[in-house]
Amino acid sequence: MRKQLVSFAILIGLLCAVPPIAYWLDDLFLLSLASRCLILASAAVATNLIMGYGGLISLGHAVFIGIGGYVVGIASHHAFNDGMTWLSNGFLQLVAVLVLSVLVALFVGLVSLRTKGIYFLMITLAIGQMFYLAAVGAYDYGGDDGMTVFAKSRFLGQALSGHYLIYWVSAAYLTASMFLVARLSSSRFGLVLRSAKVNEARTRAMGYEPFRVRLVAFTVAGVIAGGAGFLMANHAGFVSPAMLHWTRSGDLIVMVVLGGLGSVFGPLAGTVAFLALEEVLSGITEYWAIPVGAILIAVALYTPQGVMGLLSRRRNHG
Amino acid sequence: MVDPILSVEGLNKRFGGLAATDDVSLSVPPGTLHAIIGPNGAGKTTLIAQLMGALRPDSGRIVFQGEDVTALATPARVRLGMARSYQVTSLCPDFSVLENVLLASQLRDGGWLSFWRPAIAYPRARSRAMEELSKVGLADRSDRLAGELSHGEQRQLEVAMALASDPVLMLLDEPLAGLGRDEADGMVSLLHSLKGHVTMLLIEHDMEAVFALADCVSVLSFGRIIASGTVNDIRKDPNVRDAYLGTEGDAHA
Ligand SMILES: Nc1ncnc2c1ncn2[C@@H]1O[C@H](COP(=O)(O)OP(=O)(O)O)[C@@H](O)[C@H]1O
Ligand SMILES: [Mg+2]
Repeated sequence: MRKQLVSFAILIGLLCAVPPIAYWLDDLFLLSLASRCLILASAAVATNLIMGYGGLISLGHAVFIGIGGYVVGIASHHAFNDGMTWLSNGFLQLVAVLVLSVLVALFVGLVSLRTKGIYFLMITLAIGQMFYLAAVGAYDYGGDDGMTVFAKSRFLGQALSGHYLIYWVSAAYLTASMFLVARLSSSRFGLVLRSAKVNEARTRAMGYEPFRVRLVAFTVAGVIAGGAGFLMANHAGFVSPAMLHWTRSGDLIVMVVLGGLGSVFGPLAGTVAFLALEEVLSGITEYWAIPVGAILIAVALYTPQGVMGLLSRRRNHG
Repeated sequence: MVDPILSVEGLNKRFGGLAATDDVSLSVPPGTLHAIIGPNGAGKTTLIAQLMGALRPDSGRIVFQGEDVTALATPARVRLGMARSYQVTSLCPDFSVLENVLLASQLRDGGWLSFWRPAIAYPRARSRAMEELSKVGLADRSDRLAGELSHGEQRQLEVAMALASDPVLMLLDEPLAGLGRDEADGMVSLLHSLKGHVTMLLIEHDMEAVFALADCVSVLSFGRIIASGTVNDIRKDPNVRDAYLGTEGDAHA
């Protein structure tokens, strides 16, 4: 616990160092890249909750990023085109993201969480692609091409735009979601969730119904990813069906595995590693996914705890 | 006669052509230790799995404290007061020893619907867990990872976990399996000290242990109870000698 607080202090220190460096280098692209990384990392934090702690590999988690993104996009569309400026209210949008994420998570969870392993993977994939196709078919909202977010979310008159503001909000959101998941993982709920991952029959024989515990985890993870989608739309100024394509869910899984399953800081480490690999390798070959896949296999075989495992060589739950 | 804690009536379970449980009936009075012996493959673990709700019987009834639990799911049976230890150790190896036991002791101290406070920060569940760990002699190991314990210690942890959920009835599946002589003696005296406080259904290969502990012994062979009675009755029973005691040497094969 103490050690973890120190780690959080270091994390906050590092996060605070980025804007001054970007200012000093006069490099807003760097800051924007960092924001993108932090937002993706918070979605990876959500994925880690269900996958790292819960053992549930979902190929549909990007749906929640899509929900967050499309709430902003649709609100912006009507605010901009139909003069319904009240829709730009960020608080209102966040409530919508929360409610929709919870409802969709409960729906997907109720349908999928009775199954395990490859079946769970296939069901979440199918449901995810359903949402993807729905977004593609939403011609009013740009269909396949998506739409530009002209009217950013507004909080008390302040639009959620500007490189520095977006960065700070993303950094705060990532830190908060990491801290939340850290607390969850060592709570009673987390203990049962992790136990059900290791041994489901045993967990039942201890008096717990893994299904219910997983449904809660799935819902919390949905909400966190929904919030990430909300930030992503405001940051990129653009939403499209690609946000919720199953390959995005796959990226999240790769990030979590790279960083180290079930570790508090793993998702951020994994996201940094993933974006760095993408950046470096895509300059060398357009088939950059192949070496990333090879690295992933190497990680799975040789350092199952991922980047965090290499850093600490000791597993840390909480 | 007092009402039994557990009574099983005409339980049957087939795996294809194999009758793993064949018309099993038994009744366990409160506070007693009922042992079930029988060679490997006799259907002992299968019987426990049905009592616990992990396997559904084909027919028959399981009555626990007067309530028909045959159709209840495992967690519901645990809430009513059943607990089980496993023949094959099945702990969470990267949980601490204490966390493993907390998993059991928190059940009756508010349950799992707690999301912020660390599980180890609940004093009541924690002291309850520590109490059970001292009973089995693992109090000084509470911070170790369960996976780092020796085989014998893991068996003890299994029992501590079953105890920590405050059970009325414990189903113990070969708790002595793989223990050294000293460890086995320790386990036997632990089970002895529990007699009277908690009702136990003990599955065990170790004859000496069974004869030292049991109030009643049932002998299972090919899924069927071929004899049931006190330790003395069982010792003398010629059928049992043929079916089991005579071949004790092979029972471990
Ligand atoms: N899930 C199962 N499917 C098919 N056969 C099984 C299953 N579980 C147990 N059996 C068979 O049932 C018999 C009883 O097994 P078990 O209850 O494990 O015996 P014991 O615990 O007395 O050694 C064995 O012949 C075993 O092979
Ligand atoms: Mg067995």
